[in-house]
Amino acid sequence: MSPVLVPVPTCGGYGASVPIADPELVQRLREGDEQAFAEVVRAWSPAMLRVARAHVRTHATAEEVVQEAWLAVLRGLDGFAARASLRTWVFTILVNAARRRGRAEARHVVELGRPSVAPERFRGEDDEYPGHWRDEAAPVEWGPESEVLAAEFRGLLERALAELPDRQRAVVELRDVHGFAAEEVCALLDLTPANQRVLLHRARSRLRGLLEAVIA
Amino acid sequence: MSGPHDSGDRGDLHDAAVRLACVELVEILTDYLEGVLPARDAAVIEAHLALCPGCAAYLAQMRATVRVLGHVPVETLSPEATSTLLAAFRDRPAT
Repeated sequence: MSPVLVPVPTCGGYGASVPIADPELVQRLREGDEQAFAEVVRAWSPAMLRVARAHVRTHATAEEVVQEAWLAVLRGLDGFAARASLRTWVFTILVNAARRRGRAEARHVVELGRPSVAPERFRGEDDEYPGHWRDEAAPVEWGPESEVLAAEFRGLLERALAELPDRQRAVVELRDVHGFAAEEVCALLDLTPANQRVLLHRARSRLRGLLEAVIA
Repeated sequence: MSGPHDSGDRGDLHDAAVRLACVELVEILTDYLEGVLPARDAAVIEAHLALCPGCAAYLAQMRATVRVLGHVPVETLSPEATSTLLAAFRDRPAT
């Protein structure tokens, strides 16, 4: 059994900073090592799907875009010059494919901002401390880490992610599930740094609220 | 949250921390966690967190949420799409 070359997304996801044995991986792919190919497809496709889905309207189209990108990778593999990492190159091909398809679909999504926390949990303007937590509504510490990480809450977040607006979902999954850096997410999703933070904030705030509702 | 960007004495920071409303803090928390706030604003947030158990718990909950996200299973390609790709890989002309 040959060694694992690609980082696997468990325990906090795999980030851009994880070193990949790039030259060896490229060599194995060029030599037709199917196991190596299956491994990169398995490791990178979830994040690729998420990126594609932020550009196009349906899951089916996103899956086509990811397939199209992998086929383009196979066609280009022999010419890959390793000026960037393999992963960066693959994601660049993906983003170009997703943008082309996204323009064809010409989507415009308006996301309305909602307060991160229900306004009634804060004191009114007539209070001595306006805008501060009401005593009975202030957040409390959750239990031990092991309990918060229980399968129940992972399942809850998995379902909640699926219901977020597409761009919020893409940002929070790429950042917090897959471990991408903010700059990478901006490039992959065509976002300004400020917009990336707004989307991340809305998504994390909503997910925190859902967890709080079941943990409290 | 704006104000003079003086280095500030402790009393000044304390006053700003008390004046910072919790309803406002929860909206700038991601900017704080991302490290993009001016140093003075970050210091006011930290002083507020030290004074306010509600906001401290809120921040801990936000961090816990991010940690749970790191363990969420992810959606991947359908088995059909994966087999198509593996077949394309096998059919690739050898180099």
